[in-house]
Amino acid sequence: MKSIRNFSIIAHIDHGKSTLADRMIQHSGVVDARNFKNQILDNMDIERERGITIKSQAITLPYRSKDGKDYTLNLIDTPGHVDFSYEVSRSLASCEGVLLLIDAAQGVQAQTVANLYMAMEHDLEIIPVINKIDLPAANVERVMEQIDSELGLDPYTSLACSAKEGTGVEEIMEAIVQRIPPPKGNPEAELATTIFDAQYDAFRGTIIHCRVFEGTVRSGDIIRLMHEGTTHKVEEVGHFLLPRQKDESLSAGDVGYIIAGIKTVSDVQIGDTITSDRRPCAKPLPGFKESKPVVFASIYPIASDDYEELAVALEKYKLNDASFVYQKDSSAALGQGFRCGFLGLLHLEIVQERLEREYDLSIILSVPSVRYRFTLNDGREVYIDNPAHYPDSMSIMKSEEPYIRAAMMFPERHMGAVMKLCKEKRGENSSLSYPSPGRIELVIEMPLADVIYDFYDRLKSATQGYGSFDYDIIDYRESKLALLEILVNGDRVDALSQIVFKGNARERGLRACERLKEEIPRQMFKIAIQGAIGGEIVSRATISAYRKDVTAKCYGGDITRKRKLLEKQKQGKKRMKMVGSVAIPQSAFVAILKSDNT
Amino acid sequence: MIPGIYIHIPFCLSKCGYCDFYSVTEAGKIPLFTTSLIREMEMYRGVFDRFDTIYLGGGTPSLLGADQTGQLLDALHRTFLFFDDTEVTIEANPGDLSPEMASSLYTAGIGRISIGVQSFDDGTLALLGRRHSATEAITAIENARRAGFGNVGLDLIYGVPGQNIRSWLETIHTALSFAPEHLSCYQLTLEPSTPLGLRYRSGEIVPPDDALLCEFFMKTSETLEAAGYVHYEVSNFARGDEWMSRHNRKYWDHTPYLGLGPAAHSFSGNRRWWNHRCLDRYIEEVGRKVSPIGGSEMLTGEQLRLESLYLGLRTKRGVDLDEFAHRYGCDLLHEKGELLRTMQREDLITITGNHLRPTRAGLLLSDSLPLL
Ligand SMILES: Nc1nc2c(ncn2[C@@H]2O[C@H](COP(=O)(O)OP(=O)(O)OP(=O)(O)O)[C@@H](O)[C@H]2O)c(=O)[nH]1
Ligand code: SF4
Ligand SMILES: [Mg+2]
Repeated sequence: MKSIRNFSIIAHIDHGKSTLADRMIQHSGVVDARNFKNQILDNMDIERERGITIKSQAITLPYRSKDGKDYTLNLIDTPGHVDFSYEVSRSLASCEGVLLLIDAAQGVQAQTVANLYMAMEHDLEIIPVINKIDLPAANVERVMEQIDSELGLDPYTSLACSAKEGTGVEEIMEAIVQRIPPPKGNPEAELATTIFDAQYDAFRGTIIHCRVFEGTVRSGDIIRLMHEGTTHKVEEVGHFLLPRQKDESLSAGDVGYIIAGIKTVSDVQIGDTITSDRRPCAKPLPGFKESKPVVFASIYPIASDDYEELAVALEKYKLNDASFVYQKDSSAALGQGFRCGFLGLLHLEIVQERLEREYDLSIILSVPSVRYRFTLNDGREVYIDNPAHYPDSMSIMKSEEPYIRAAMMFPERHMGAVMKLCKEKRGENSSLSYPSPGRIELVIEMPLADVIYDFYDRLKSATQGYGSFDYDIIDYRESKLALLEILVNGDRVDALSQIVFKGNARERGLRACERLKEEIPRQMFKIAIQGAIGGEIVSRATISAYRKDVTAKCYGGDITRKRKLLEKQKQGKKRMKMVGSVAIPQSAFVAILKSDNT
Repeated sequence: MIPGIYIHIPFCLSKCGYCDFYSVTEAGKIPLFTTSLIREMEMYRGVFDRFDTIYLGGGTPSLLGADQTGQLLDALHRTFLFFDDTEVTIEANPGDLSPEMASSLYTAGIGRISIGVQSFDDGTLALLGRRHSATEAITAIENARRAGFGNVGLDLIYGVPGQNIRSWLETIHTALSFAPEHLSCYQLTLEPSTPLGLRYRSGEIVPPDDALLCEFFMKTSETLEAAGYVHYEVSNFARGDEWMSRHNRKYWDHTPYLGLGPAAHSFSGNRRWWNHRCLDRYIEEVGRKVSPIGGSEMLTGEQLRLESLYLGLRTKRGVDLDEFAHRYGCDLLHEKGELLRTMQREDLITITGNHLRPTRAGLLLSDSLPLL
């Protein structure tokens, strides 16, 4: 056990975690050169295409240190995007230390701070690593000052590397061995194991990712999931090599996997403790904060015949994404669908893309919403995340919306622009600090609804790309709300409705009409778009008809070419939903949430 | 479904500025080409039923001269079967239509002549890069009539940069003064790869805007219909139903046709194929008794359906809904009822009995209508 080191790589988005993991994997020689590819741990198509990590990935690396001793390094690469920060916190629960990466050009950013705090809460050894020192804009000294003043860490404990070029990687691996403490625990004690992830495998069922704190688990053992209360017989245990490697047992200090004939991922709860059925431990290990959906939207198939297919796809998708939740829903305009909960807009986009790609579905998402709380005249409290279920306005006694505490970091010169933006987003109770000269950390409370509504893009432009942002949900606060409805050629399109802050309702109505006008392509007849609040029309826009679309000549040699063009156009039209006789493109439903200054 | 024959004559004296038809200026290759054509005919002996149209198009078929044209027609008759009343059309450029030429074409058995007048305005002709003048065009028409042609068609182009409605209507009225049996009025398409297309892209020439083009189209249709012509396809008008182009209509209702010569397209059953778009390769392959086919496609039921809908909606005949349902298993009225009603309300189509027809405004949108 003395030779094991468990650690995560954490950082702000894009600071190079997965790339550093690549270099360490290559250094350890577990993947031969032929099978290697960049960001090898990002194994989902969508991760590779977007160049971001969505799921944490664990891998076990053998390492022989300078003093000639052999070590086992259990590395967990984590995602950087704020939507997936719960992934980070779970990973940390299985570690004794972290590499906290900081981009040498960008310096400390909001998630650097947020992740540092998380590591501190878990009492982990922190090794600051300054990455991307090969960049022309790299400024190692400045980052060292920030490590001191903004992170409160000793800058002289930091290491520098270029994950891209591989410089400094050896020193990092040496530091992991020297500085991160080995796991404690007794392999003979009662089994206590934390589940930090679970993945679905079509052949083996659920593969539990776990960290053993006490005791030993072997194949053939009967294990008990303490929270779930179920028992299972272990079929296989092993470590995360590439690919998985089966072993005799997992013992205290180990990170590895357990396969125990569990059919679906929903049968295990992340954060649950696994113990031995025969000799259970006294009490479960501390669990994790539950990941709660904060953004909600309905999903509809573009062709209503595809409903069953969509239902099957969601069920399968859910197997591998426990943070995604859904239930049946139906819309007057769009038909049968599902109401779904997401961790944020990025999560929503990713679910949409994966459903379309991996299950070959064409879907429409309704306008995303947060979850509101209403107290009705009869004293009942209801949570509403679907504008279609907006209560009768006469019956509402009190309405409330979720608030977040946002932490932003940016250069001082952008103060004016950021404050203006926050004010527009109804920010309150702000506090400012100057972690280092010229840099500002702003903590401010804002309604979540206004943050999902294009805040992140706007912050980026207000700070010319130098601003970063992190948030936590804090509580519900009273707020005057209204239901904004959209009519297209007189037909109400419920999937375009939004619950909005009354003070902004008119302006939001205007903007929705404008955005729709840009998104809905001109058609052969005029299209009227209207915004209505409580039955009163507050905004309108008209899309004029086009009158001419004709090819002059169509003889023998033109027919195939022309047909191919039409086929392409028809394909494009398949991505639109017919509402009455108007074709509304998929993009319109999300575009409503974006403002025009992005 | 009686098939037709198209022959592509890929020669021109020079290239017009807007043209993207396949043609070359190497007139020296004409004899070799004619021999090749006759060889290619051999390859199809016995494949098609009796034909009732022959269409010599191009390029500039009138460049062949009377002898070679006669040879071609003889070879066709030796190789294939034809109905007695076969419609034989030739496209001719005004510059080639001397009284002698016109007479010999007529004597060779060609009954229908389509003259590439394009405009009666010299400025417009110059911009288009045509070799002839308005006066030459008039002489050509007169020569054709004198030679005995009782079925004369004129090709005209509108929407030319700098052209206005008034000057276009003057061209139309001049054309009408010859009482042609057929008129094709094409809106100028600025194909990207042509000299005119390039000048357009560089901003040097500016075509009329969309609103004006709509007006050109509507005015053309109104004027010609008022003069007794039938607007039977987007760009085609006939002085009565009997003067519609029998050959061209085959393209629009999936009637089989055999295309001979480089770049020519053929269609039969659910297969379409086309020859290489290269004269030298054509001559070389046919010389080796190799088929000069450059590509082909088998149309799926879905593709046939789409073609039939879009081609139908380009014509006055429209789409017979019962027949459509029968052939393609798709009841448009039932499946697209709401959209059809909206289009009807917007005066883009009419539905009478079981017939779906584009209105004049609908023809102007005939690339969009089939997307319903
Ligand atoms: N120049 C340079 N670029 C680097 C270095 N390390 C990573 N990058 C680049 O930075 C980008 C982000 O790298 P990733 O490794 O995907 O970053 P990440 O932290 O895993 O990103 P998330 O998982 O999305 O949070 C990629 O384009 C890398 O090629 C480095 O040392 N030098
Ligand atoms: S004469 Fe006809 S085919 Fe030849 S270049 Fe001119 S437009 Fe094209
Ligand atoms: Mg990554």
